[in-house]
Amino acid sequence: MRQFRFSPPLPETPPLAAGDGLIILLLVTLLYAGERLACNAPAVITGPDISLSPLALPWYALLSVGRMAAAYLLSLLFSLFYGYAAARNRGARAVLMPLLDVLQSIPILSFLPMVLLGLTAILPDKFAAELAAVILIFTSQAWNMTFSFYQSLTTVPWELREAAAVYRFSPWIRFKTLELPFAAIGLLWNSIMSWSGGWFFLMAAEIFHVGSRDFRLPGLGSYLQTAANRADSGAVLMGIGTLVCLIVFLDQCVWRPLTAWTDKFKVEMQESDKPPESWFYDILSRSWLLEQFDTRLWGPFNEWLDQRLSHLGADRLQAPTQATGRVAFSLPARLALAAIGLLALYGSYRATRILLAIPAASWLLLAKGLAATFCRVTLSLVLALLWTVPVGVAIGTNRRLANILQPVVQVVAAIPATALFPVLLLGLLGIRGGLNIAAIALMLMGTQWYLLFNVIAGASSIPRDLHNTTKLLRLSSADRWRTLILPALFPFIITGAITASGGAWNASIVAEYVEFGGATHATTGIGALIAQATGSGNYPLLLAATLILVVTVVGINRFFWHRLYLIAEERYRME
Amino acid sequence: MPPATPASSERLLEVQNVNKAYGRGGKQMMAVQDVSLTIHAGEFVCLLGPSGCGKSTLLRIIAGIDSATSGSVLYRGRPLVGVNPHATIVFQTFALYPWLTVLENVEIALKARGVPAAARHERALKLIDTIGLDGFESAYPREISGGMRQKVGFARAMAVEPELLCLDEPFSALDVLSAEGLRGELMELWHNRAIPTRAILMVTHNIEEAVLMADRIVVMGKDPGHIVAELPITLRHPRQRKEAAFQIRVDKVYAAVTGKRLIAPQANGLHGKNKLPRAHLNALAGLVEKLLADDGHTDLARLSSELVLELDDLLPIVEAGELVGFVKVREGDLLLTPLGRTYAEANILARKELIAGRILRLPIINWIYETLQRDDKQRVVWDYFLDKFEEDFGDRAEKQLDVAISWGRHAELFAYDDNAGELYLEN
Repeated sequence: MRQFRFSPPLPETPPLAAGDGLIILLLVTLLYAGERLACNAPAVITGPDISLSPLALPWYALLSVGRMAAAYLLSLLFSLFYGYAAARNRGARAVLMPLLDVLQSIPILSFLPMVLLGLTAILPDKFAAELAAVILIFTSQAWNMTFSFYQSLTTVPWELREAAAVYRFSPWIRFKTLELPFAAIGLLWNSIMSWSGGWFFLMAAEIFHVGSRDFRLPGLGSYLQTAANRADSGAVLMGIGTLVCLIVFLDQCVWRPLTAWTDKFKVEMQESDKPPESWFYDILSRSWLLEQFDTRLWGPFNEWLDQRLSHLGADRLQAPTQATGRVAFSLPARLALAAIGLLALYGSYRATRILLAIPAASWLLLAKGLAATFCRVTLSLVLALLWTVPVGVAIGTNRRLANILQPVVQVVAAIPATALFPVLLLGLLGIRGGLNIAAIALMLMGTQWYLLFNVIAGASSIPRDLHNTTKLLRLSSADRWRTLILPALFPFIITGAITASGGAWNASIVAEYVEFGGATHATTGIGALIAQATGSGNYPLLLAATLILVVTVVGINRFFWHRLYLIAEERYRME
Repeated sequence: MPPATPASSERLLEVQNVNKAYGRGGKQMMAVQDVSLTIHAGEFVCLLGPSGCGKSTLLRIIAGIDSATSGSVLYRGRPLVGVNPHATIVFQTFALYPWLTVLENVEIALKARGVPAAARHERALKLIDTIGLDGFESAYPREISGGMRQKVGFARAMAVEPELLCLDEPFSALDVLSAEGLRGELMELWHNRAIPTRAILMVTHNIEEAVLMADRIVVMGKDPGHIVAELPITLRHPRQRKEAAFQIRVDKVYAAVTGKRLIAPQANGLHGKNKLPRAHLNALAGLVEKLLADDGHTDLARLSSELVLELDDLLPIVEAGELVGFVKVREGDLLLTPLGRTYAEANILARKELIAGRILRLPIINWIYETLQRDDKQRVVWDYFLDKFEEDFGDRAEKQLDVAISWGRHAELFAYDDNAGELYLEN
């Protein structure tokens, strides 16, 4: 079992820094710009016709994967550039890292309506919706990959860095032989996490439909939604089947071979007892065609590339110095920062004027909605904890159980909750409070896996000796949980819960307001308010709701989770 | 038997009044202070000293991957700017790229110098052949033993044909036999002039190793790092550890390494507080008992090999013994004082009292103790001490405080409550 943590670690920054203020102002400005653009958005947007024919499924699957792939490539490029800039340049780091920290804690789905409206105002509808989906998936994938790459770059073993300096590696050679290989395992791991997380947002984007604005996209998500809408259980099953096949296929033919290949990039000098295996990788590595490609094309191309790029920045060859002391910004950087600051101030000023014009009754509505969503998020987290902790401990401490359940759990967890949501609605909308239950269920489905995987990792990291000691001491079951299992799990539960709570807030956008079976259903909640405001074109309310959601979630992260995280890291980590 | 390589008068490298400081402002720590050193062509020089004496820092400054705060480094009379193109380093931890094969690890050094593919392939293969790793070209570093990995490290260094070969404790991560084998092979290459290297500079804390290989040993002391002595070793090669002449040299170097601290334990902090050596008092008890068994007198070199303790591990314990007045060092010999004898013969409770009385005379311990006594509840937060320590010890403050707490606990003077983050007096 791999000992990765299933959530990105938090940087040890103070709860609020001066830079955060600027970032919040910038976000406000960005939202304000979106709001301005949205005013010109067309009032009626017609969605695509979704065919439920089985023959259409491969085409829809291809479209969905295409969006994912485009967003993933964008995320990868972004991670490499952003991470490299932040790790190499202290001035850049001072700006980029706090920004990343805020970005990775904002509920991304809340930006979807704003982005959709803004883009439809300036681009053709279809293209705008496609672009918005890619942007949305990108924003869900990029941050943890970037963070992982940055962290790898800053933790490259010192002696390897010194060897690169002694042998006068050019920046390109250093990147290629040292930095990228060292970062590869973490980057791949986070890519896999990002990719599976991306499905959730892809499905959400594909089925987004408010009022007269139908932003849906042809794809697996809209197929499933249409099938559920028409209560066509055959099509629902086919859709889910296709989705599962697709996920399994990508896992077997892309991610697993990559995992097997990146195993050689680990720094440990021991051979692993159980190196990751992949049948597809084995086939590929024995392929004659690939070998020819490697020696005839790839090798010479590599050589050619090295020669071209080796001179890049080689004149600035210098010793690896440890970053200490304060950041010094150059004059242009100061000017740029000042300009951005001014822009943020202006945007925030305009946004504030809009917000001030909102009547008090609407604010009350927002407060009520926020409270309702907060309760739902909390409830879903508690429910998730209640079942994942015992089950996770059982799997994590029992090898036989793990061998049976692990693959099952992995496949089930891979199905994005948003894909199943229409199916859930089909069953639940009939009963009273059905949407409420469905909303909590969606939050639960979207978040429980983070917790489960973290608990499994935590439980399997408890040393055998400690288990044996508790047995020798004949501790009662309650004492065993109190003195050993819960403290050992604590850091893992916290890291899992941070991601889980972020995911639950995200889910509120699609969960609290639905167009289903030709009717509109809504429950009290901030997500419902955002969706309704998008549909009815109440842009000031949309701005206010989005802003409140973002500030609340970032605030909860900073003041609640972050503190717990620090305690967990300091007290309860077993290392 | 070939004679020790005669050092020519050709000056390869000159280090002039080099200082190296870390941190800035009030927390600045000197790593190396006013060091001057010349390396001639044909010389094998060893930098020897306890850990923290700045020998590795000096090596990095010479190789140009670290820069001096002040002073100058001249290579063949020219000031060195940036990475030294004539030098290379063989690292203690090998610093091989785990994802590159043996061959690729050697080739990459040539690739960085722009050697075309075919030429570098041929040269790397030849070098691997020379060091006897034929057949392992396509192995990854994790598949071969530590000794073989370091061979690759040497091959990679030799691939760029450095004039000055810098070795940073290259044998200390290896098992005894591999290390001895590799030393012999290096000396053979060096004396037979099989490599174009003109001079070797090796950092080590192993005295016997230095005496075995070097033409000249530069002994460094710490706090801050400085040169204590330069000792030429003129024994002919190959040298035999068992020979009396060899042992005399080893004792001499021991005297030089340990001698300095006897004369003047310098005041280090702003408030005249001496640094505490990073040793456990339990270990001191062990040392004193060992000395009692040896009739209160032993040879440091012999003690080190009998206890299988590296110099780095032994010296702090000896230093602690000197601080509390249980032992004395004289010209490489360790003597038990009457006080130490009393301690060694006492029972556990009497020992605690004795050691408490002795360490209370140390300004640091005394200051902590009195600060706690002055407090109403006799509890003071850890951070307060750390702040004060930082004024004296900079970034080493936390380690110093850890040592002080460990000594206080051992003597049952004061202890630390981790939950409250407070130090408190023991009753």
